[in-house]
Amino acid sequence: MKLTRRLQWYLIGIALTLAVLYVISLAGFGIPGLIETGLLAMTPLALAAVGECLNEQAGTTNVGMEGIFLITAILSVYWAEIFESGTIGLLFGAMTGAVIGLLFGLVCVYGRANQVIAGMGLNIFALGFGPYLLMSIWAFPGIHVFRHELMVQPLRFVVAGGYFGISIVTIVAIAAAVLAYLLLKRTLLGIRIRAAGENPIAVDVAGVSVGRIRILMCIVGGALAGLGGAFMPLAWFGGVVKEMSAGRGFIALAAVVFAGLNPMLALVASFIFGFAEGVAFTVVVSPGVKEIVPFYFVQMVPYAITLLILTAAIGGKRFPRALGKPYVRE
Amino acid sequence: MRKRLNEFLRPMVESLVAVVIGLVSGAFLMLAFGYDPIRAYAAMFVGAFGSPAGILESLAFAMPLMVTAVTFAIGVRASLFNIGAEGQMYLGAIGATIVGGAMVLPPSVHIIAATLFAMCFGALWALPAALLKMWRGVHEVVSTIMLNWIAFWLVTFLVRTYFGEPGRAERAVPALATARYPIIGASLTAMIFVVVAFCVAVTILLWRTGIGFELRLVGDNPEAAKYAGASSNRAILVAFLVGGLSAGLAGATQVLGRPPSWTLYATLGNVMNLGFDGIGVALIGRNHPVGGIFAAIFYGGLMHGGRFMEYNVGVASELVDAINGIIVIALAVPQIAEIVRRRRRES
Repeated sequence: MKLTRRLQWYLIGIALTLAVLYVISLAGFGIPGLIETGLLAMTPLALAAVGECLNEQAGTTNVGMEGIFLITAILSVYWAEIFESGTIGLLFGAMTGAVIGLLFGLVCVYGRANQVIAGMGLNIFALGFGPYLLMSIWAFPGIHVFRHELMVQPLRFVVAGGYFGISIVTIVAIAAAVLAYLLLKRTLLGIRIRAAGENPIAVDVAGVSVGRIRILMCIVGGALAGLGGAFMPLAWFGGVVKEMSAGRGFIALAAVVFAGLNPMLALVASFIFGFAEGVAFTVVVSPGVKEIVPFYFVQMVPYAITLLILTAAIGGKRFPRALGKPYVRE
Repeated sequence: MRKRLNEFLRPMVESLVAVVIGLVSGAFLMLAFGYDPIRAYAAMFVGAFGSPAGILESLAFAMPLMVTAVTFAIGVRASLFNIGAEGQMYLGAIGATIVGGAMVLPPSVHIIAATLFAMCFGALWALPAALLKMWRGVHEVVSTIMLNWIAFWLVTFLVRTYFGEPGRAERAVPALATARYPIIGASLTAMIFVVVAFCVAVTILLWRTGIGFELRLVGDNPEAAKYAGASSNRAILVAFLVGGLSAGLAGATQVLGRPPSWTLYATLGNVMNLGFDGIGVALIGRNHPVGGIFAAIFYGGLMHGGRFMEYNVGVASELVDAINGIIVIALAVPQIAEIVRRRRRES
């Protein structure tokens, strides 16, 4: 019964996707190009969402993904310019994210903080710290465009007479989702992670530190989000603006909720959200459409779709019992 | 008596400690980029509170924060995390523009109509998040953020296409003279009395009425509330709607009560982030509307003083937001309060 119902949803989803693709191809857009943009938009969402899945499985909610995006996007460009290499920028972006994750984990585990408030604090901090960094580093308000050579170039394949580009980071994101899934389902550490979120007392009794597992997952989650943040300027947009992540950290949270903390489903959800964004932005610049639909409305599409999907999909999901609660030994 | 005094003082001490942590961290951030924090803070506080004009200006900055703080605070009282003040405030600002700038009404009616209309617009934008929470259990953090972004594009669209000032594409039609609150001094207008009265009204609603009691009961102890027959859905609805009215009023303050522009900029630059700042203000004010008034005055001072910091020492005024974020994180940690309490017991 439950399976058939789920199957129903999948079928509806596939049918809708095909219908959308059909309509788009009728309107004269290239499908490979759309998938390319969809994958680009998916990447930061997927990275943050997979990280957040691990985070939440271990029992800490980090609503500060948006903040990590904003900070790492700017700092990664800074590192890239210092080391003259976009790839190093990506790596340092991930490391910066890991450090933020570590700090967040320390505050949550040892400070026993209210995680939602602490995460929101991180977002507010980034909202101010981002523009402050832009001013302090490049002395220019709100925007910085770096040299084009620093961009991390995508891998190119020849597909059906055209080129199909896919970024290395996208592949990392997909791999991260698969690895996270295997980690959670197939390894001892995975069992401990899930137990830390479900029944921390049992983990403690077994002689494993709940705090350490949670902090470790906060670091991993932060690193993945940091890579996502670094990806946006260095492999996608080619510049940084102060509000560059534009709510993507929260869309990633929505993907996590939609996926019920399953990294693979989170990847799928991220692709749906990313594809919607890709379609919206491809449509907006096409002649014939941009005269009729104001681009303001196309800009709303990713957020509206996130809301719609959340509305339709919630229910029947189970979240770890100790999620969001600091563990205190009695 | 002593106990009551402690209950009153302790939250204030905790907020103070968090504020100090925030300011000290801000100093470190300045040092990291080679600025002089002492000169910067001196410029900030002298600029904000050093002269009567400065104080009036700081109060003008505080005005919208007092009400966006109420949005967050009343949510927390019902154990909701309503971070949608931002979008609801955009709607309030455009609502005030529609009635205050684009309509001609008799003098005293105009100002009241514009204010009320703005508040209702804010509440209207809070409604979807409330309904989604009640019917589908959609978490309000995600839904309100999505609504914030939709509001951003919707309001930008409205300003640019329908309510733009002819000949000045960068802003909406300013409020007409009949819809402007009288100026008290500097940029402060009499609208601050409306704002303070609203905060007091929410306090009365929360602590002196049945609806408020129900709302707080649902927030404090949902299980007990269920047995007592309190409706959690009604509490959610009331918290969101009052929060929306409040955020709408915040948007109106920037259009009807803020010289010299009396308008909404198309980039939304003059309302941007006031909703998020309200979260920090609410937390510093311990999620009490009256506490929020004082916290808003402090934060308004930082915002106004931040401009002096930028002008005199070159530190980007956005650092103030970063400091606010650190204060919020510090306030999330109950351990800080514990440490303060232990110190006091020992001494």
